[in-house]
Amino acid sequence: MWTWFHKLSSPPHFYRLSGTMIPWFGWVAAALIIPSLYAGLALAPADYQQGDGFRIIYVHVPSAMLSLFVYMFMATAAAIGMIWRMKLAHAVAVACAPIGASFTFLALATGSIWGKPMWGTWWAWDARLTAELILLFLYLGYMGLRAAIDDTNRADRASAILALVGVVNVPIVHYSVTWWNSLHQASTLLKKGGPSIPPDMAIPLYGMILGFLCFFGAVSLTRVKREVLVREQNSKWVKEMVTSK
Amino acid sequence: MNLMEFIDMGGYGAYVWSSVGLALTVLILNVVTARRAVKVELERLKRRYGNEPTQGAS
Repeated sequence: MWTWFHKLSSPPHFYRLSGTMIPWFGWVAAALIIPSLYAGLALAPADYQQGDGFRIIYVHVPSAMLSLFVYMFMATAAAIGMIWRMKLAHAVAVACAPIGASFTFLALATGSIWGKPMWGTWWAWDARLTAELILLFLYLGYMGLRAAIDDTNRADRASAILALVGVVNVPIVHYSVTWWNSLHQASTLLKKGGPSIPPDMAIPLYGMILGFLCFFGAVSLTRVKREVLVREQNSKWVKEMVTSK
Repeated sequence: MNLMEFIDMGGYGAYVWSSVGLALTVLILNVVTARRAVKVELERLKRRYGNEPTQGAS
């Protein structure tokens, strides 16, 4: 286990491994997202209350789940980077931020589009919505803080602290619908007694969620590659790799 | 189910399709920007190493 961890944390090894993993994640993501989206839009039955309007769920819920998952992933990587002084972990955290921000934006935007016909408003200062907006600001703040600090090591430490402090917002987003009397409906999938939607509605949703996770795998590894190149630009292996091509 | 019904989405067409369109845009932009970031960095490094005087055997 430890040797595996140690080997994985070696930048040239990680860079090569990423190269082989990215196409796998990418193709599995496409193989999940394309049929699941089709099934969600065309094959799943219409909702008895929301009609076909409920189909927004197939892009909204996966992006909202990913927005939280990526944040936890980013904060964990930042913590590993802080505790074990592992530079690669910081590189992973940096790679997560723009992806997480984009999916948080997507969750907010599709939620807003869904809210208009169902709640009669694009936006409300509701607990769930506000906490998700704070999540977007955390991602943007993380990126802004890094951009403002020239020294990579100092940027790593400062942004890791911000990422870790921001973790308190994650359970707030998740439990906001149970803690407060929210306009937003409670979770359909993650609740006691199992999901409360029929399989022909649920399976495309699971497919989309898994697909989005694989998509994150592919895109984040691509961004880590870039980050490793920047950080290791004075090393022999990067120079040899770049000049030999 | 015919195509017009599919596009109309029971009257929710504008909402459903704009959400789907936005989602696909975010996915595609993520792929494009991430891949371009790697490519730009590799090109920058290539130029940088090319301009450096060779320091013996590296």
